[in-house]
Amino acid sequence: MSEQETRAISAVGLNKGLQRRWRLGEKLIESWIFLAGMLTIVVLLGIIALLFKEGLPAFWYTPPWEFFFGTSWYPVSEPPTFGIMPFFVATLWVTVVATAISVPVGVACAAYLAEIAPVKVRETVKPIIEILAGFPSIVMGFIGLILLSPLVQSALNLNTGLCGLSAGIMLSLMSLPIIISVSEDALRAVPDDFRHAAYALGSTKWETIWHVSIPGALSGITAAIMLGVGRAIGETMTVLMVAGGALAVPISPTEPMMPMTAAIASGIGNAVRGGLQYQALFAIGLILFVITLAVNLIADKVLERQKRKFAR
Amino acid sequence: MLQKKKGLKWMLLSAVLFTTSAIFLLGCSSQHGDISNGNELSGSIKIIGSNTVTPLTSVWAEEFMKIHPNVNIAVSGPGSGAGIAALINGTTDICQASRTIKLQEIDQAKANGIESYEIQVATDALSVVVNPGNPLSELTIAQLSAIYTGKITNWKEVGGNDAPIVAIARDTNSGTHVFFKEHVVQMLGLPAEDKSLEYGNKVLQLPSTEEGVSQVANNPNAIFYPGLGYVTNAVKPLAIKKTPDYLAVLPSVATALDGTYPIARPLLYYTNGAPTGIFKAFIDYCLSTEGQAEVTEVGYVPLK
Repeated sequence: MSEQETRAISAVGLNKGLQRRWRLGEKLIESWIFLAGMLTIVVLLGIIALLFKEGLPAFWYTPPWEFFFGTSWYPVSEPPTFGIMPFFVATLWVTVVATAISVPVGVACAAYLAEIAPVKVRETVKPIIEILAGFPSIVMGFIGLILLSPLVQSALNLNTGLCGLSAGIMLSLMSLPIIISVSEDALRAVPDDFRHAAYALGSTKWETIWHVSIPGALSGITAAIMLGVGRAIGETMTVLMVAGGALAVPISPTEPMMPMTAAIASGIGNAVRGGLQYQALFAIGLILFVITLAVNLIADKVLERQKRKFAR
Repeated sequence: MLQKKKGLKWMLLSAVLFTTSAIFLLGCSSQHGDISNGNELSGSIKIIGSNTVTPLTSVWAEEFMKIHPNVNIAVSGPGSGAGIAALINGTTDICQASRTIKLQEIDQAKANGIESYEIQVATDALSVVVNPGNPLSELTIAQLSAIYTGKITNWKEVGGNDAPIVAIARDTNSGTHVFFKEHVVQMLGLPAEDKSLEYGNKVLQLPSTEEGVSQVANNPNAIFYPGLGYVTNAVKPLAIKKTPDYLAVLPSVATALDGTYPIARPLLYYTNGAPTGIFKAFIDYCLSTEGQAEVTEVGYVPLK
């Protein structure tokens, strides 16, 4: 495209000096973009290197097997014990609850906005939903603490409302906007020809959405769900405030629990740089990083398969 | 279409900004500027550490900044451990702590070229609070230990209602977490002392003292241990017996001062070496008669 343009401009009669300057500008911009790209890669590699450097030594003190499957975490005792099973299971519960709520609601909402809602409604509702995504997580934490947890406690007759369920519900609220927004974009990217063809074959609106639009946009919807899951796994402040922070391996989501992010946050301030607890907390960070990486890789694989399926 | 979307967002944003700024301006109009001047003291002090000491340090900082308007004091309270870590890493001027520094931490500080210097600024009676609806009025330290290790899980086992106990603690960032573990859970200095005892794994570990107090205020079965300065009317402090033979004592300034309340502890400042310059001026103010008068105001126990 740009080559054609250049040729067109030079055909009009641009002198050679100007052409050279033009090329120089092009070079500058190219190298600027290249440097910017490299910078992100360098920063990313730096973060990974730091995680490994600070986190790996934890496994000299606690073998990886014990670290991962150990069920007691006493970082300030003498001698300290580091076992992160309770945190891992807590992260799992909280993410499962958040996903179970946010995916059906989010995709349904996206389908409504993309397929059914009048233009006016869509253009009013979507920005409002996107504003929801901008709420600081500490505000969501406060809402969870003051509004949601007493409700959960009395509704389920629990000992305390500070539990994985409350945290999961708050997290679902936080990942909903991402899921709705990205899924809606994906649904709207499905060509109208598909829908017209479905209607021409006598499909109802519901059949069109369920059998044509959603499968057509599935790759985008999967990406949306993965983004939402990623948010739920990595969110810290809300789970720190609402999940309850008990160290037992949670058997059900209605128990108080401490997800991995909360465990890092509630200990890192106390940890002496380079000390055992510091290293163990970085090791949790390392494991968290591996988990999110795995989620992303799986998402990539799913997306690829989906693309191949729909390739024309 | 895109513009319309943006328009709505901008409208919302400006509406919110307008309202908040209006409220802010109204709120500010009642304040008046500082008039005092002619003080040679200037500079800034960074204080990090205990959540428990924070309300006290904040009041001192405020008063000190009123006297010396060119001094800027920043106070934050993530926890004693966090403060001591900051002292060791050289990222704070003064560390406020609700537990004493450990030998291991002194060594770590020395390795970084930092000589920790301890100053006691006040005393705290660590109160044990329950919901006002809880009929219980006293506990022994051994009973508290059993509750926090998870051996006792129902209030009726200590003479209360037939209801499950929701034991709430601070997280490991907190000096109170460590102090309570050593002095109550492990019963330091009592005949039943047992260094192997740990918090039970059902105990809720919360990131701030305020959150713990508000949980107790709203949960009839909860129990928590805030500093005396955090006790409000919404919670009920329990009288504590050192052993069943002792009298039950309620936490207060008087009982902490005469030594009858069993879980009192020093509130400390740590500096790198003996304080000098504005750090010394500030700490001198804290220890002065006016400074110590603020201690009672905040709800802690003055030194004398």
